[in-house]
Amino acid sequence: MALAKMKADTTEARLSGLSLPEGAAWANAARADAMDRVCRMGLPTKRDEYWKYTDPTTLTAPDAAEAALFHNDEGPLFDAVDRLKIVFVDGVFDAEASDDLAGEGIEIARLADAMSADIHWAKDLYGVLEARGQQPVERPLAALNTAMATDGVVIQATGKVGKPINLIYLHKDVRSDAVLHNLVKVEAGAEVTLLETGPAAARFSKQLEVEVADGGAFHHVRAQGRDHERRAVTHCFARIGAASTFKSFTLTFNGVLTRNECVLEIIGDEAVAHVAGACVGDGGDFHHDDTVFITHDAVNCESRQVFKKVLRNGATGVFQGKILVKEGAQKTDGYQISQSLLLDEDSQFLAKPELEIYADDVACSHGSTSGAIDEDALFYLRSRGVHPDEARTLLTLAFLAEALEEIDNEVLAEDLRDRLEGWLARHS
Amino acid sequence: MNAMDTVEVKEGVDQETVDAVKELSGNYKYGWETEIEMEYAPKGVNTDIVRLISSKNNEPEWMTDWRLSAFARWENIEEPTWAMVNYPDIDFQDIYYYARPKSMEEKPKSLDEVDPKLLATYEKLGIPLKEQMILAGVEGAEDVPAEGRKVAVDAVFDSVSVGTTFQKELEKAGVIFCSISEAIEKHPELVKKYLGTVVPPSDNFYATLNSAVFSDGSFVYVPPGVRCPMELSTYFRINAENTGQFERTLIIADKGSYVSYLEGCTAPKRDTAQLHAAVVEIIVEEDAEVKYSTVQNWYPGDEDGNGGIYNFVTKRADCRGDRAKVMWTQVETGSAVTWKYPSCILRGNDSQGEFYSIAIANNMQQADTGTKMVHLGKNTKSRIVSKGISAGKAQNTYRGLVSMHPKAKDSRNYTQCDSLLIGDKCGAHTVPYIEVRNNSSRVEHEATTSKVDDDQLFYCRQRGMDEEEAVALVVNGFCKDVLQALPMEFAMEAQALVAISLEGSVG
Repeated sequence: MALAKMKADTTEARLSGLSLPEGAAWANAARADAMDRVCRMGLPTKRDEYWKYTDPTTLTAPDAAEAALFHNDEGPLFDAVDRLKIVFVDGVFDAEASDDLAGEGIEIARLADAMSADIHWAKDLYGVLEARGQQPVERPLAALNTAMATDGVVIQATGKVGKPINLIYLHKDVRSDAVLHNLVKVEAGAEVTLLETGPAAARFSKQLEVEVADGGAFHHVRAQGRDHERRAVTHCFARIGAASTFKSFTLTFNGVLTRNECVLEIIGDEAVAHVAGACVGDGGDFHHDDTVFITHDAVNCESRQVFKKVLRNGATGVFQGKILVKEGAQKTDGYQISQSLLLDEDSQFLAKPELEIYADDVACSHGSTSGAIDEDALFYLRSRGVHPDEARTLLTLAFLAEALEEIDNEVLAEDLRDRLEGWLARHS
Repeated sequence: MNAMDTVEVKEGVDQETVDAVKELSGNYKYGWETEIEMEYAPKGVNTDIVRLISSKNNEPEWMTDWRLSAFARWENIEEPTWAMVNYPDIDFQDIYYYARPKSMEEKPKSLDEVDPKLLATYEKLGIPLKEQMILAGVEGAEDVPAEGRKVAVDAVFDSVSVGTTFQKELEKAGVIFCSISEAIEKHPELVKKYLGTVVPPSDNFYATLNSAVFSDGSFVYVPPGVRCPMELSTYFRINAENTGQFERTLIIADKGSYVSYLEGCTAPKRDTAQLHAAVVEIIVEEDAEVKYSTVQNWYPGDEDGNGGIYNFVTKRADCRGDRAKVMWTQVETGSAVTWKYPSCILRGNDSQGEFYSIAIANNMQQADTGTKMVHLGKNTKSRIVSKGISAGKAQNTYRGLVSMHPKAKDSRNYTQCDSLLIGDKCGAHTVPYIEVRNNSSRVEHEATTSKVDDDQLFYCRQRGMDEEEAVALVVNGFCKDVLQALPMEFAMEAQALVAISLEGSVG
């Protein structure tokens, strides 16, 4: 079917002048395939159903809009944790600022190096999960990322990795347009924690492909910048094996436009997959979109989606979540909750929590609520002598707590809680 | 109203549903055809057909023009594909857009003049046209004290409204209840004022088609302050093969009035799929209340998915005045494909919308149904209770929208969507859209999907029920919230239908 004109024009304008990066033969083939997917699907426009609540125009425009640099007055996140730091400045690896790419039970390489090697395990993963994730919903921006990415890291965990790996994304150029692609392969029984922090660029396209083999565990904690003007689209594609664990948590402070897509495919029995997110947004420019798609294709698995949004001064929060239970995926336990706290009359919350179920012996449910701070709770706290501002902060933190509880590492969770408190204090 | 008439209703357990299941034993009860001479317009649709339908109904020019402009628009829009339903492409030029019993070329003055064969058709269906006494008394029924609850029926046989009962008593109350073609003739000012104001001809593909080619339907006007003395009812029935039925229903509840409207349908067995694209518009003025209940058990096609009705319906209520109230209740058990979203536009302050739905899909049936609650006025309330049941290889989707406009301060919505799966080859899906654009409103949405509880089944089996009985009982319990919202007569029929529709899905 011919693409609608708007889509065709958008795609043509974005792709004109782009040329695929060069690497090893397999890498060139993977990129060419991805570009074929982009051309076939066309880039999203605001008329696409999947982009009903988020306008992708600035993400598909040929050039990135300017984003002022933000001078952070707080220390780096997760500083209390002994971690392996890998630094990218405006989407380019910074070897000097980074630690040595080595650790126990782990092999790390720069994506650019992996893609130039004739033989590399990345061949079986790069763009593979992304291509699988194009069904049943098309994600052309992910395919564009696969086609164009030159930097990122490839991580192979072969044992229980003690130190978390922290990808630090710095933003130093007001017009930077960064494309990063990371791969994580968690071998059977292995365990790794990946942290991602920082605003990254004026416009940021980031993809993470994760394969968790049987009995493996992948923990992911991400904090998306603070008070910056960045526009971002991120994708996480994961394939989850038997009896393995996948846990991802994202905290978003402000930013102009953020679309986080998470596409999980559970293929092994008795696996556990949790995706959670908390976001706090202030101002009419703020638009945050969590789009999650979890496919259950195995027996006796558990999935959770927990998303909380606090919105004020005309901010917009979007949640599109889906649980797909395939035929035969019996004993699935799927739960999805999306809630928003609207702190004033101008903010809005748009949600589309979906279930699609083809197996009968399952327990799947979702809930979604939206409303203001509970006046009764506020009154209760005030009657106990708590100042109204403090009471609001307390109730807001309590509202976000359910999402933060999804972080297993208490030190990391505490750090994020402190940042949230700081943000609320500045924006009250 | 029909299925239950012949079956004794016993206390407690749904013995009746079981009897009904047995009685049917795999065959669609209403799968027969009445041999009445039909008058067809040629197959297909074009401006000539639109003009023909209009002239057959003796419509004034403004009405013909209205239809033609809708048709012109329809030619330039595409069929929607977003619903989770699959069916072969419909050839819109291979359908009869107009068919009516030949003996009806002259409209009957009273029901006595109605073709006896037609009346026999209704009798087979169990429509209480005859038994209700008042029917026979088209002349002077009001003298006979009616027993029990009264129901006025505007029966539609294929495309032409055949006879309307209870006219006189309704007239006394000032209620106008007639076919839409009659309303166009006798009350053009009302039709002109309201037709297409809730579902505009440009609304969607099927509504636009309906606007161009609707052949008949019902019209209700309840004047200010009047509580309609009886429940109004329409029976739709598709009879001729390859006839698309395009009814148009327009209900106007003026200030402070009340009306309860029942709609139920059965259709005979057919091999080729049939199209049904109706439009229902309801206008609810200040302080008025409308209840609209539907039991739909059209032919769902056979176990392999051959035949069955395609049901693409647009239903919408507009609460124009303050404190207006509308309640949709539906029991959808039939049709091969259902595409139906009865909606409420809550424009008036303090207005209320409610939607109660049971959708059952068995064998190869596909249902994509739900509601839209559009909150525009302050302090508006809406409630959605949807129960979807899938069995066999059926696909059942709830699709709904709750929208809180920035100006709809202090509004409230509660949504509950529950799905029940019987068997491992069917699907149950939930696609809610929730749009909250102010913070003083509260929106709550809950959805669950589960299978028939083994413990409950075990308990029933232990008490001596067979598996089918037990499932029928559990499913009826699952649907209780909705069944309770139905008017009495319908509740009984609906309960039976729930069991009948699931027949053959267990064991």
